[in-house]
Amino acid sequence: MEYQKIAQNKLEEIFSHFGKPSGKEKILFVLFGLVCIGALYALYTQIVEGHIVTGMRDNVVWGIYIVNFIFFIGISYAGAMISGILHLLHVEWRKPIIRIAEMITVISTMIGPVYILLCVGRLDRLQNIPLHGRIQSPITWDVMAITTYLSGSILFLYLALVRDYALMRDNEGMKIPNWRRNIYRKLAASYYGLPEQKKLLDRALTIMSAIIIPLAVIVHSVLAWIFGMTIRPGWHSTIFAPYFVIAAVYSGTAVLIIAMWIFRKYYHLEEYLQEKHFKYLGIILLVLAGIYGYFTFSEYLTVWYGSESWELEVVYKLFDMNSYGPWFYFAAVGGVLFPMILAGVPFIRNINTITIASVIAVAGMWIKRYLIVVPTLETPLLPIQDTRPEYVNYSITWVEWFLTFGGVAVFFLFFMIFIRFMPIIPVADIVEVNDHEDFITEKL
Amino acid sequence: MKKNSRRDFLVKGATAAVGTVLAGGLLSMCTKKDDLEATGEKVKLLDTNGNLVEVDKGHMLCCSAPGSKEVRKGMPGRHFVMVIDLSRCRNARRCVDACNSMHYLPPHHEWLKVFLMQDSEDTSSYWFPKPCFHCDTPACVNVCPVGATFKREDGLVLIDNERCIGCKFCMAACPYSSRVFNWDEPKSPNAVYSPESSVPQRVGTVGKCDFCPDFFKRGELPDCVMACPNGVFFYGDKNEDVVTNGIESFRFSELVKNKSAFRYMEELGTRPSVYYLPPVDRLYPVEKGFEDMPEETRKAYEVRRAHIKKFNV
Repeated sequence: MEYQKIAQNKLEEIFSHFGKPSGKEKILFVLFGLVCIGALYALYTQIVEGHIVTGMRDNVVWGIYIVNFIFFIGISYAGAMISGILHLLHVEWRKPIIRIAEMITVISTMIGPVYILLCVGRLDRLQNIPLHGRIQSPITWDVMAITTYLSGSILFLYLALVRDYALMRDNEGMKIPNWRRNIYRKLAASYYGLPEQKKLLDRALTIMSAIIIPLAVIVHSVLAWIFGMTIRPGWHSTIFAPYFVIAAVYSGTAVLIIAMWIFRKYYHLEEYLQEKHFKYLGIILLVLAGIYGYFTFSEYLTVWYGSESWELEVVYKLFDMNSYGPWFYFAAVGGVLFPMILAGVPFIRNINTITIASVIAVAGMWIKRYLIVVPTLETPLLPIQDTRPEYVNYSITWVEWFLTFGGVAVFFLFFMIFIRFMPIIPVADIVEVNDHEDFITEKL
Repeated sequence: MKKNSRRDFLVKGATAAVGTVLAGGLLSMCTKKDDLEATGEKVKLLDTNGNLVEVDKGHMLCCSAPGSKEVRKGMPGRHFVMVIDLSRCRNARRCVDACNSMHYLPPHHEWLKVFLMQDSEDTSSYWFPKPCFHCDTPACVNVCPVGATFKREDGLVLIDNERCIGCKFCMAACPYSSRVFNWDEPKSPNAVYSPESSVPQRVGTVGKCDFCPDFFKRGELPDCVMACPNGVFFYGDKNEDVVTNGIESFRFSELVKNKSAFRYMEELGTRPSVYYLPPVDRLYPVEKGFEDMPEETRKAYEVRRAHIKKFNV
């Protein structure tokens, strides 16, 4: 069958980019491994010595762990929103990039919740959440939303992979060890591309992409409500849920662009990840930056103009150049304007500038989350009177930094491992049999 | 009517009889000391006078802490309140010391804090002792994912630190900064724990002022009330309509009405159980509070003063 031949060639061609690890790759692998070991040591220190080794204290009860939690759940939107929406709208150019997007989703949704566990003082009592769980608590909502979301995104990724697993199972050209072929056989779930199977799979994918979008919205809304439900300045805001959702899609799209740039540059996937993909995603990034900037402006204008004394205290800390000012202006103004210019102005827009725009957006979003969490906690309604500086102001300790970089390293390591076991470009999606006209098309 | 009351009498009588038998049984269980074998393992306990005593673990059957259901329900028909007279406070800090030593809390780890307050730049500053407010709509209880902190019938908000997972959400949610986390292993005696006594504290869990229901049960006033040299704290029961500082007693409703009591940041909708009498006609000038103050405590208040100056709150 001609379809099989073309598809198998394509599959082999894609995997040829991920042959034996190069020297550079090996060095990177070791480097990330060392960071992970450092993070494990930090984790060990925190478990043995308790939370006293972190920068968290009675006023700032949560630090960068919760920032990382929001950040990782945020970038998981790459797969959920981009892939889900583009799938539902039948946008053809999405096909080469959906696998990367969905892998970002699954990996970051696995890493994110680890950070919330790091905030928990008694990990030995986690069983109390199912045993004594209370539905009134936003944390219970979060646990339910994230477990559903993670299962949903794994299912979404898997369903999109079934046809590729079938190709891997039937492949004869590549030397796939038997144990791996067995796994592919199980994962392919007897898929042989029969019309009935194809129809069912297509329907399942459409249903999943429709489910994953509201799930993603719920996850970040619930996350925002952890803050929004408290009566504290800077948090108690009705705009928080949509604000968090937009920030998440924004950072998710940016991470997707960065990942595509890395794959294009170092694994030479120029044929698949073309300039048009960067441009289209750049336009999405531009629109999201605009919405995000609008939300930010609306939020802080309202609070500042209203001049409620508690709210003003937090806002002035953010505006004050001697306090959080530089960070705030970088994240809330620079993190919106620079990406808009770089990705929006046609004559400076290219693959590299769009990627730089994404890097700025990602950095800006991480800092913006820090500015949401920490300044509010440093500003309780009854002002702090304490002589211990660590109780007045939060500062990040080495344990927290190590565990943060550990998360980033694990993210890259997972990617480096996964790409050798599944095709990073969805082969079955780009080589498709056209049902009506009975000829094979390569959709790129 | 008559029939009803007779039935009532019968039911009550039967209940009383069953109760007596049960109580007798329990009493005999407790008094059968011979059956209880000494294990040699000693446990430190607080006796009814507040002294620390050692008891053999094997002998502890009859004096166990109230059951968890009882602790979560609270004392029926009561609603504990506190009235704090700001005109009497001179920041002697005896309440803080008494509370800390009674609960074996390390220095700085204060469940009861005395704040230096100033409402505006034109008004005078005053001392503001702040325990947990035991709100009637407590933000902390709403957000707890495991019900480790709970609201009782008698108005108390307590923490079960054997259930607490240490997520600190209650600390972020409490608008009054009433909650303190045990970042380190606390040096508490190995007593039988009850949320009503809050001793011992445990690492990785949250602690706070518990309004000392264990003191009330043995007919005493909390240590902060008794330690205060100026009788600032009035402790009592809103339903009984009486509050006392150990020397004077007042009708709660009259006291709060006559002296225009207020609840701190009531506008948040938390409905606190702690009422403040305004700092008018004060016994001492605020400066008196700075006398004989350890250097470190003074610095803490300087931090606060600087804040008032900067943000005018």
